Amino acid sequence: MLTSLPPLVIGLADLAAAFLFLYGLKRMSSPATASSGIFVAGIGMVAAILASFLYVFDVGEAARPHLYANIGLALVALAIGGGLAWWSGKRVAMTAMPQMVALYNGMGGGAAGAIAAAELFGDRTSGATELVVTLLGALIGAVSLSGSLIAWAKLDGVITKPLRFPGQQVVNAIALIATLTVGGIVVAAAFGAAVPLLSLPIWICVFFGLAMLFGVLMTLPIGGADMPVVISIFNAFTGLAVGLEGFVLQNPALMIAGMVVGAAGLLLTLLMAKAMNRSIANVVFTNFGDAPKQKQGAVVGSLKPVQAADAGIAMRYAKSVIIVPGYGLAVAQAQQKLFEFVKLLQGAGVVVKFAVHPVAGRMPGQMDVLLAEAGVPYDMIFQLDQINDEFATTDVALVIGANDVVNPAARTDKGSPIFGMPILNVDKARHVYVVKRGEGKGYAGIVNALFYGDNCDMVYGDAKVALVAMIEAVRGLTAAAA
Amino acid sequence: MMDFQISMTGFVALYVFLLAGFAGWVIIGHVPAILHTPLMSGSNFVHGIVVVGGLYTLLGARTPTEQAIGFVAVLLGAGNAAGGFAVTRRMLAMFQIAEVKPARAKPRHTKKG
Repeated sequence: MLTSLPPLVIGLADLAAAFLFLYGLKRMSSPATASSGIFVAGIGMVAAILASFLYVFDVGEAARPHLYANIGLALVALAIGGGLAWWSGKRVAMTAMPQMVALYNGMGGGAAGAIAAAELFGDRTSGATELVVTLLGALIGAVSLSGSLIAWAKLDGVITKPLRFPGQQVVNAIALIATLTVGGIVVAAAFGAAVPLLSLPIWICVFFGLAMLFGVLMTLPIGGADMPVVISIFNAFTGLAVGLEGFVLQNPALMIAGMVVGAAGLLLTLLMAKAMNRSIANVVFTNFGDAPKQKQGAVVGSLKPVQAADAGIAMRYAKSVIIVPGYGLAVAQAQQKLFEFVKLLQGAGVVVKFAVHPVAGRMPGQMDVLLAEAGVPYDMIFQLDQINDEFATTDVALVIGANDVVNPAARTDKGSPIFGMPILNVDKARHVYVVKRGEGKGYAGIVNALFYGDNCDMVYGDAKVALVAMIEAVRGLTAAAA
Repeated sequence: MMDFQISMTGFVALYVFLLAGFAGWVIIGHVPAILHTPLMSGSNFVHGIVVVGGLYTLLGARTPTEQAIGFVAVLLGAGNAAGGFAVTRRMLAMFQIAEVKPARAKPRHTKKG
């Protein structure tokens, strides 16, 4: 009687968790219900964690002497890991969200890898299927761990340049094949085949080492502009790894949660890749920007710098303004100032809208979050296909820290590496102001013909400084009139 | 491993994977782009359930090696879950504010101008 109760409670708690995760995610898919969705999912998580402690009634004989130590270790690990992450998650600036998500994601991948490691070292798996699934989850989890750490380092500015060298794809392929081969050796050894050269535990270590090396190699060459795709991929990877280890542990909650996230992450990845008109393979395996080195169309015209104050006043007297935010806005942390400026314009009767490109920023939807943080109502924010036709009838387009997503070469220049990527047709507006730190090229390293157009003026400088100047200029006007 | 009174092997496991994957695809499929970041962070939180797997590993550990590995698994999994929750909650809270604002936004400008 007493022995059958814990498994029943655990089973029910996990069932509830699986339901609450699905229901929570469903609520997160609409702006009206989204904020409660995370709490729904959170309840599921707490229930599953609490119930899992009932497993102490069910551990094997060999683990019994260590039980109290294990419980203590579990509580310490929960407190340290959970506490540190909670603390950092609450403190991190909104602009640093992409790297935090990458970091937490890598932790999940690492946890899945560690579970697999315990199964492998402890020789717990029974049967070929379980062993192969364990190894597969280990591989994906380890790749997600090391890859996410590289992604974190890139987003956080620790690594500033994509690392590329000749023959990179070949090296990556060799690393993957080597990992799979070592995995094959581990499987063969489990079925009694003689282990060549090294002992089995060492081979398992080599397997993890190679998998993590592959994650690093795979992520290093990917440029900053492709980060939204990379973060989505690793999110899907971790989900998949968790699902696979869930199968090994015979835990349906892990299987369901992992697979739901895996599928969702895959879908997001495809959406991001589609927004750039590239395949996932293209993002991961080709070096963006240095692929087609053929002649790009010659750019005619010149860069025309203007003062921020003049640009601000010009927008004050425009009828309609569309603002295109990019990563530069996030870097300058200028979202609050931007909305302050927008409210001034609105007060003067200017119709203001925001146009957000799907891959603007460093993770999917990052611009939407930044604008939401500043308090911009989301009915003012429009996505690419909703607003692209409106540029032609708009007085002023204000581009802040965006580059490749507004480069008309994507539409016109077959020789350009970004040809075919859907862009915001900013160049069609009557006038364009571009706020930009300097004359440098975008992440893709391509000249932007937009900047040289007759209708375009450049405002050089930090986005926050420029916006403050614009706000002061417009305020000065109102004061002078009154 | 343990007696769940259910076994998830062979085709049953595949069916669970199939249906869960399909559910994830459908649920996420209709999400407006504006929610992509919180959703990604939310799904990041959901795979923090891996901490439960880590707990099984650690509680059932028989050797110091297994204890060490289990400890790492719980540590990382707990970080994934707690961090994912904190970050997602903050992002979603901003959307709630944004929802209240439109009604009040207009009169405030006239006051300023």
